[in-house]
Amino acid sequence: MTKKITIEPVTRVEGHGKVTIHLDDQNNVSQSRLHIVEFRGFERFVQGRPYWEAPVLVQRLCGICPVSHHLAAAKALDVIVGAGTGDGLTPTGEKMRRLMHYGQMFQSHALHFFHLVSPDLLFGIDSDPAIRNVIGVALKHKDLAVMGVMMRKYGQEVIRATAGKKIHGTGAIPGGINKHLTQEEKEFFLNGPDPMNIDKMLEWSVASIEFFKNYYKEHKSFIDNFAHFPSNHLSLVRKDGAMDLYHGVIRAVDSEGNKILDDIDYQNYEEYILEEVRNWSYMKFPYIKKLGKEKGWYRVGPLARLNTADFIPSPLAQKEFEIFKSLTNGKPNNHCMHYHYARLIELLHSAEMIKELLHDPDLMKGDLTIKGTKQSRGVGLIEAPRGTLFHHYEINDKDQIVLANLIVSTTNNNEPMNRSVNFVAKSWMNGQREITEPMMNAVEVAIRAYDPCLSCATHALGQMPLDISLYDSENNLIDRKTT
Amino acid sequence: MTKVLLYGFGNPGRRDDGLGIAFVDKIEQWALSAGKTNMEFESNYQLNIEDAEVIAGKDLVIFADASREEISDYCVSKVDESSKVAFTSHEASPGYVVKLCKDLFGNAPPAYLVHIRGYDWDFAEGLSEKALENLDKAVACFLDILEKPETFIEGTKNVKFC
Repeated sequence: MTKKITIEPVTRVEGHGKVTIHLDDQNNVSQSRLHIVEFRGFERFVQGRPYWEAPVLVQRLCGICPVSHHLAAAKALDVIVGAGTGDGLTPTGEKMRRLMHYGQMFQSHALHFFHLVSPDLLFGIDSDPAIRNVIGVALKHKDLAVMGVMMRKYGQEVIRATAGKKIHGTGAIPGGINKHLTQEEKEFFLNGPDPMNIDKMLEWSVASIEFFKNYYKEHKSFIDNFAHFPSNHLSLVRKDGAMDLYHGVIRAVDSEGNKILDDIDYQNYEEYILEEVRNWSYMKFPYIKKLGKEKGWYRVGPLARLNTADFIPSPLAQKEFEIFKSLTNGKPNNHCMHYHYARLIELLHSAEMIKELLHDPDLMKGDLTIKGTKQSRGVGLIEAPRGTLFHHYEINDKDQIVLANLIVSTTNNNEPMNRSVNFVAKSWMNGQREITEPMMNAVEVAIRAYDPCLSCATHALGQMPLDISLYDSENNLIDRKTT
Repeated sequence: MTKVLLYGFGNPGRRDDGLGIAFVDKIEQWALSAGKTNMEFESNYQLNIEDAEVIAGKDLVIFADASREEISDYCVSKVDESSKVAFTSHEASPGYVVKLCKDLFGNAPPAYLVHIRGYDWDFAEGLSEKALENLDKAVACFLDILEKPETFIEGTKNVKFC
């Protein structure tokens, strides 16, 4: 008889997802799947709306990464208003957007590490869930919890200053930006009272990496072996091969580092990337066309970005990048839990870039926008905190959107997340007759490494408990737990 | 002077999910016209860990959110500290924020949650007609309370009223 165990929804990932694990007669895992109830109606919702509304409209997709959608949409519309394909803006327009983006990256990575990951590392994934959270961190490691809170706040304030407001920010517009940074804002971010200044953020970013490296020394086997499997990796890189989180060309490498996609122009992404539909998930499975469905899937996000980039264009992060690359002798790193390490290196890089930009006079003066000959199609890509984000729009002669196609970061990571779940399920659950909390959490730890955002924008009270159900082979409910 | 923070959260791009933010906007307009300088206003899609620092040092915090529960129009309840992790990764409950504030900054202000019933959660801006009626009732209630917030703090230690 086959049993089906359902873990629904996954705790501490954004939105609503569930995991089903099928056991055979010997209680070995025969199949596992991550099901994601992703809302795809948005692409239809924007049809008929004036194109210039898109950068504000798309923020409705998600209350967590609105800046990434805001900027990816604006980049696509830059093309439509004839402002180039990502590198044709005025210096002020591009640098203000970059500052907004690095602020988003900084706060998102800080939140993920301190709020979601540090409890697993500090207390162990098999520890009591009642203390394995940021409140537990606050009680036992107050300094770390304060760092997490204040780093997140700093990044949020950068977003507020560049996007205009926290909700439905309007900073990025087709062809540029709608404001300069003020002297007062610049002074605050550079020299604000401790800890709200960029030097303290840099100091804490370095300390975060040291924290992880110390943990890694003591738990090398766990970090290296947990959900480790080879994959392709895809991201944007700058044309010279540098890491660039805001703009670049698409590069993909295989698990040995061989280039699969060699720095292609993302305006033509449809020639290289396809999306497969599977009948058991609402979320599509993207893959590299020339490799096919079976071999063409890839990882995105911090780990992938450190695997595709040749170097990081900021000194402190570059130093850490070299250490990171030495762990795998320069080859791509395929260790799932090294996502956290890579994320912290990007945290440091983002802080360095924020500091560099704050000293740039272009932020405070100069033309904000540029326009050229209107086009009917535009594609915008950006490296969101969770990975490569695709926005593609087409308009008619009345300036209405007639087509929108979005491939979000979590969709790009769909297949690797499923493989991670399967890897961990087989490692932890084979031969077990009972599903324990630590075992279930191990599955969630694997998913959390990708920091998925499962498209949940509404969160009204009274929804979304953690519900765990156990079914037999005939789909009879034989056990259920709600937390 | 009693330092009051009103904090609305929700997604105004999902119709009635914007009730909490609309509540704060309306109170802010009233405070401006009434010359209330003891009040601060904050809004966001979701509460998060940095809000522990935002509420620190206040004398009274009013959180406002939309509700899908079958209440008649709105409810107000005392926010109890909670260390329970919300199932979504990047969201914190009011009780979680209060608890974190206390643990990190040594003390936490009294906090209340006003939840206002909504009905329509579609992708669009603007509140439904029934939600607007509920909003007006909740705002009217709090205009009275905020005239003398110190009285509210003293008299409603464990309040829950609808």
